[in-house]
Amino acid sequence: MTDLATLPTTRDEDWRYADAAALEASDADTLTGWTEITVPAGESVAESRDVTGVERIRVRIGKGGRFELSAVNAAPGYARLECEVTLEDGAHFEFGGVTIGGGSETREFVTRCIHAEPNATSNQVVRAVHWGKAIGNFLGRIEVVRDAQKTDAGQNFRAILLEKGAAANTKPELEIFADDVKCAHGAAIGALDQMAGFYMAARGIPPEIARKLQVQAFIADAFENIEDEAVGERLLERALSVLEGAQL
Amino acid sequence: MLKIENLHAEVDGKKILNGLTLEVGAGEVHAIMGPNGAGKSTLAYTLGGRPGYEITEGSVTFDGEDLLDMEPHERAAAGLFLGFQYPVEIPGVSNVQFLREAANAQRKHRGEPELTGGEFLKLAKEKAALLRMDMDMLKRPVNVGFSGGEKKRNEMVQMGILDPKFAILDETDSGLDIDALRIVGDGINSIMRDAGKGVLLITHYQRLLDYVKPDKVHILAKGRIVKTGGPELALELEREGYEEVV
Repeated sequence: MTDLATLPTTRDEDWRYADAAALEASDADTLTGWTEITVPAGESVAESRDVTGVERIRVRIGKGGRFELSAVNAAPGYARLECEVTLEDGAHFEFGGVTIGGGSETREFVTRCIHAEPNATSNQVVRAVHWGKAIGNFLGRIEVVRDAQKTDAGQNFRAILLEKGAAANTKPELEIFADDVKCAHGAAIGALDQMAGFYMAARGIPPEIARKLQVQAFIADAFENIEDEAVGERLLERALSVLEGAQL
Repeated sequence: MLKIENLHAEVDGKKILNGLTLEVGAGEVHAIMGPNGAGKSTLAYTLGGRPGYEITEGSVTFDGEDLLDMEPHERAAAGLFLGFQYPVEIPGVSNVQFLREAANAQRKHRGEPELTGGEFLKLAKEKAALLRMDMDMLKRPVNVGFSGGEKKRNEMVQMGILDPKFAILDETDSGLDIDALRIVGDGINSIMRDAGKGVLLITHYQRLLDYVKPDKVHILAKGRIVKTGGPELALELEREGYEEVV
């Protein structure tokens, strides 16, 4: 039996931009369960996802360890990748994500990055490219506990909407209880640079190739810090393949 | 080669070109000079097909074809090159990638075989050397972090690689120091001085015309050509100013 009371709804802060109908149709295990990952001290673990449906990953990174998550969310239905990371002394979390697509789907990333001990670093870069009536979301929370001095946390979100009707939502949240920390976040939502498009056309590049070059340059930022270049390239190709089939 | 007849164009509902007529034949270089706000850049953008530049009257034929009926990228493939007054920065796209895409898109459009990576690089090296531009700059993102002069030189490297039939150069001389002006002038001559090619040079100053000798000089004022002459007209303008001559 599904306990309806425990199912998240869009009234929950962490689910506020989710697809309400899709949540109602989902089962509790999917929406509330976690994939647990432990990164032992000093070690490095990398995970990569082509997101479909809802997945939640909970990670603990041991002292001096590194966890890297890279993902493309181009699913044909509501899709959400959620990642909760707890960093111990000197650990690093790297996240690169791209939501891309049209239709009327909601595609989202949700992160909660807990700097539980001093000297840990984190860097999150998310890019969103949408058209039609699609929605791309990034909810990113950074928590720095009182003793987590020398924390260095960065979060950057940028979205390009190729058509009117598409939307992007972002909600950076920073909870900082230590005083010697660096936390940077930035967010911007815009359209493709039309002058760059005309410049490319004036050199003979047709609009669809110009758009692809611009989008490629835009989303490549998300995978710049991914250590395995082949993984970054594979994700980039996956993301661009969605654009190629787009009716714009 | 390029025949403009009674061209009227407006931007944001404001009339800028008011019945401009001009013909440039093959093998010719024409200069267009004129005071600020005369419509020089509007003419360049209109011929290039920039969105928002609306033609309300007139015609433009290029090699006998209706230029205004073509999309901007089709105009380029047909052999038209527009040198920008303010070349655009494209972050994340390297010059090499940009130009290879451009060269091959044009070839594909004309039904010619595409250049291989090796063929393209050889061509790019040759043209960069002609304009004394470091190959390292061609590997950097398009115009990002380039100085004003470097951007203009990059425009000419692009022109060399794309090898157009006709070039409209909008204030290619502005922002260049004396040495760069000579290099760019020599570049224009080497790339475009050909019996089958034509050039429309838009400029404020006579200086560039010392290097690239025009066959005709036109003065543009209030959206139309008000005077046409030989190279001596540019010298006269330099001496007397627009108010006296126009």
